[in-house]
Amino acid sequence: MAEAETPVVPEKPAPVRVYRHRLPARIWHWLNAVTLLLLLMSGLMIFNAHPRLYWGQYGANADYAWLAVGSTPKTGFVRIGETRIETTGVLGRWTDAEGAQQTWAFPGWATIPTSYSLADGRRWHLLFAWVLAISLTLYILWSLIGGHLKKDLHVRRAEWAPRHIWQDVKNHARLRFPRGEAAASYHILQKLSYIGVIFVLLPLMIATGLTMSPGMNASAPWLLDLFGGRQSARSVHFLAAWALVAFFLVHLVMVLLAGPVNEIRSMVTGWFRLPPEKDQEA
Amino acid sequence: MSDLILPRRELIARAGGLVAASGVLPLLAGCDAVNDAPAVRKILSMGEEMNRASQRALMDRDALAREFTRADLSPTFRSNGTRLPPGDAYATHAASGFADWSVKVSGLVARPLSLSMADIRAMPQRTQITRHDCVEGWSAIGQWTGPQLGRILAAAGVRDSARYIVFRCADRLGDALYYESCDMVDALHPQTIMAWALNDALLPIANGAPLRLRIERQLGYKHAKYVKAIEAVASLDRIGAGKGGYWEDRIDYEWYAGI
Repeated sequence: MAEAETPVVPEKPAPVRVYRHRLPARIWHWLNAVTLLLLLMSGLMIFNAHPRLYWGQYGANADYAWLAVGSTPKTGFVRIGETRIETTGVLGRWTDAEGAQQTWAFPGWATIPTSYSLADGRRWHLLFAWVLAISLTLYILWSLIGGHLKKDLHVRRAEWAPRHIWQDVKNHARLRFPRGEAAASYHILQKLSYIGVIFVLLPLMIATGLTMSPGMNASAPWLLDLFGGRQSARSVHFLAAWALVAFFLVHLVMVLLAGPVNEIRSMVTGWFRLPPEKDQEA
Repeated sequence: MSDLILPRRELIARAGGLVAASGVLPLLAGCDAVNDAPAVRKILSMGEEMNRASQRALMDRDALAREFTRADLSPTFRSNGTRLPPGDAYATHAASGFADWSVKVSGLVARPLSLSMADIRAMPQRTQITRHDCVEGWSAIGQWTGPQLGRILAAAGVRDSARYIVFRCADRLGDALYYESCDMVDALHPQTIMAWALNDALLPIANGAPLRLRIERQLGYKHAKYVKAIEAVASLDRIGAGKGGYWEDRIDYEWYAGI
């Protein structure tokens, strides 16, 4: 970039660029983003086939569901435990693109395909589950061997100090983001959320997904014991999916607040411009 | 003007429809076009083949589905699909307690059989408490009793050239009779039985009376109900639409339903 080498104001230093994301990280990031979107939307289609969740080994219509999406002649609702929340227009009762009232749990704009097809939802879901599992495995191996884990994600002893974590929470609450050299590496909340997604949530999605397979149950019955039954695994699968959605929303807000162009560019080219220190700007 | 006095929730519902219709609609139509493209269908079906191949490769072919205890039984065992086969023939059978029901065993066998329910109940029996998993997502635990399919096939002298077992059913859905099929690994699996009892009682009509398949490592739609005939074949190509089952032919459910 030519303008970076010939600054207009000589006293103001050129933005420092750091090579932040290596190629495997960038490829996995975008592949994973697309994969998770397809899995979420096809997963919501599968949920629509039986929009009720249970704990334990079994669970069907006559059994108590801790979460259920349903409809009355005029409304749609979600029931969580004994609490009923009206969700007309979004969940349980909504209007499709042709203007017709539908009573599937999740609306057509949120599912793959848009109109009810459990068969097609399963085809998409069970193919992209392979993409998720294979790409995550390769990414974790690369992180271990290539030093990404040790260099970028490893939480140092000092960072575990409650005071340090609390400071990071306060910085976030005040929208005060690191500048200069400090912005070159991940801060503690960032590290913990990336570790949580890569090493906890995504493996949990895969494990609970496999626990719902009757074939897998025969070859790996310990999965049933780990999650307390097939229907418990289905509930955990659903909850962990929304935890991933929550991560995505926070991730998106953070990218927007921290400078969307610089952030997205760094995940495409690898190069990240360190935000200049406040006193240098003055 | 009536719009003005619509209840709030209806307004919300309509607003949702408008949002969908304006910006998102072309995108969604695009998604569905992708979903329906033949090349995409071919790629999507790779997932089923990967699941079948990996489960067959990784799992012990005789690995048993978990068996539960009486304490684990579902209080109500849900039924699904056909709950009462239409037609006078079935009604007559039901009225007589299926005394004249017969199950034909044919195809690639040395000795074709015609088994009465009494013949089937006279064979050595297996009783198992297993979990039934519907493709829709629910599960129910029930106790099943019946002879192993492997014994029936041995009695008929199934030939080595048989690669699949086809189950033909008495229930008609729309324009066709229900049918299902499985490979020889699942057909000869120790827990694959032809069940005539559920929870110590004769199989209820809603659950497939008088005889249904239990194929415990696959999803519910594979468990053919109201079974009239068992046929050993070398290929599924010329049966139904060739995909190996009623729902497989109609709406593209996976033939291998181990996941």
